[in-house]
Amino acid sequence: MTMSRDEIVQKVQEVLVDALGADEDEVTADATLMGDLGAESIDFLDIVFRLEKAFGIKVPREELFPAESLLNNPDLVSNGKLTEQGLAELRASVPHTDLTEFEKDPDINKLANLFTVNAIVNYIDGKINAA
Amino acid sequence: MRWIWIDKFLEFESGRRAVALKNVTLSEDHLHDHFPGFPIMPECLMIEAMAQTGGILVGQANDFREKVVLAKISKAVFFDFVRPGDSLRIEAQISSIAPEAASTTGCILRDGQVIAEIELMFSHVDQNLAGKKFPEENFVFTGLFTSLLRDIVLDAAASPAESI
Repeated sequence: MTMSRDEIVQKVQEVLVDALGADEDEVTADATLMGDLGAESIDFLDIVFRLEKAFGIKVPREELFPAESLLNNPDLVSNGKLTEQGLAELRASVPHTDLTEFEKDPDINKLANLFTVNAIVNYIDGKINAA
Repeated sequence: MRWIWIDKFLEFESGRRAVALKNVTLSEDHLHDHFPGFPIMPECLMIEAMAQTGGILVGQANDFREKVVLAKISKAVFFDFVRPGDSLRIEAQISSIAPEAASTTGCILRDGQVIAEIELMFSHVDQNLAGKKFPEENFVFTGLFTSLLRDIVLDAAASPAESI
């Protein structure tokens, strides 16, 4: 099954409107799930469940939102920032996310800003249109 | 669960769906205040009825090993008042279940008429993302509610020869 980028964007938008009670025009590509759309931890699971249904795929939670496993590892975090090794792991685990800005100052408090609408669209795109 | 708000289960399909019954009576004290001279069931207590029905359904799916806690009301829409004397049929289905959480959809009916549509999310709190610790004992599924399930789940689990 392949799907155009626009179709994916529209479905992801519907999922986020339903899961977060957001207005459609708030769900822009750059909107962050926590900062802009007010997502809390249980909402991430809600989003995963809804994405699975909307796209008929299986979404392992750590694939889409891998941050917490990184944060609990002292080799990967030092003084509240990701180490080189931590950044490498993050890059490997979230190929669908643009890290250019984050790499300049890998403060773990800014990790939440990486969870954008666009990152979800990229993830789904890679998942269903790969190969 | 600190209290029981549903009266009994009518149907119970492990891991899939459950149907519970709740009879509304004027002997419930709160109806005299909600509202004086116009007793109607508070909507939040319809959500509670769905949370108990769905929560037990989700808990039973993992043999009550998890502490199942209501985490999110994804949707709650109400179409009519519920009055003393009404019998409510609470239907809950599991739509997704994962190690950390589960979601349910469902509706509440009276004489075949849909009174409410309610979607909920439950957290398995020991698997929470923040890594918070909770007491070891299962404070959710205490002995209080086992009588509710005695007739339904145990019958379903028993082999035909044992359930005479």
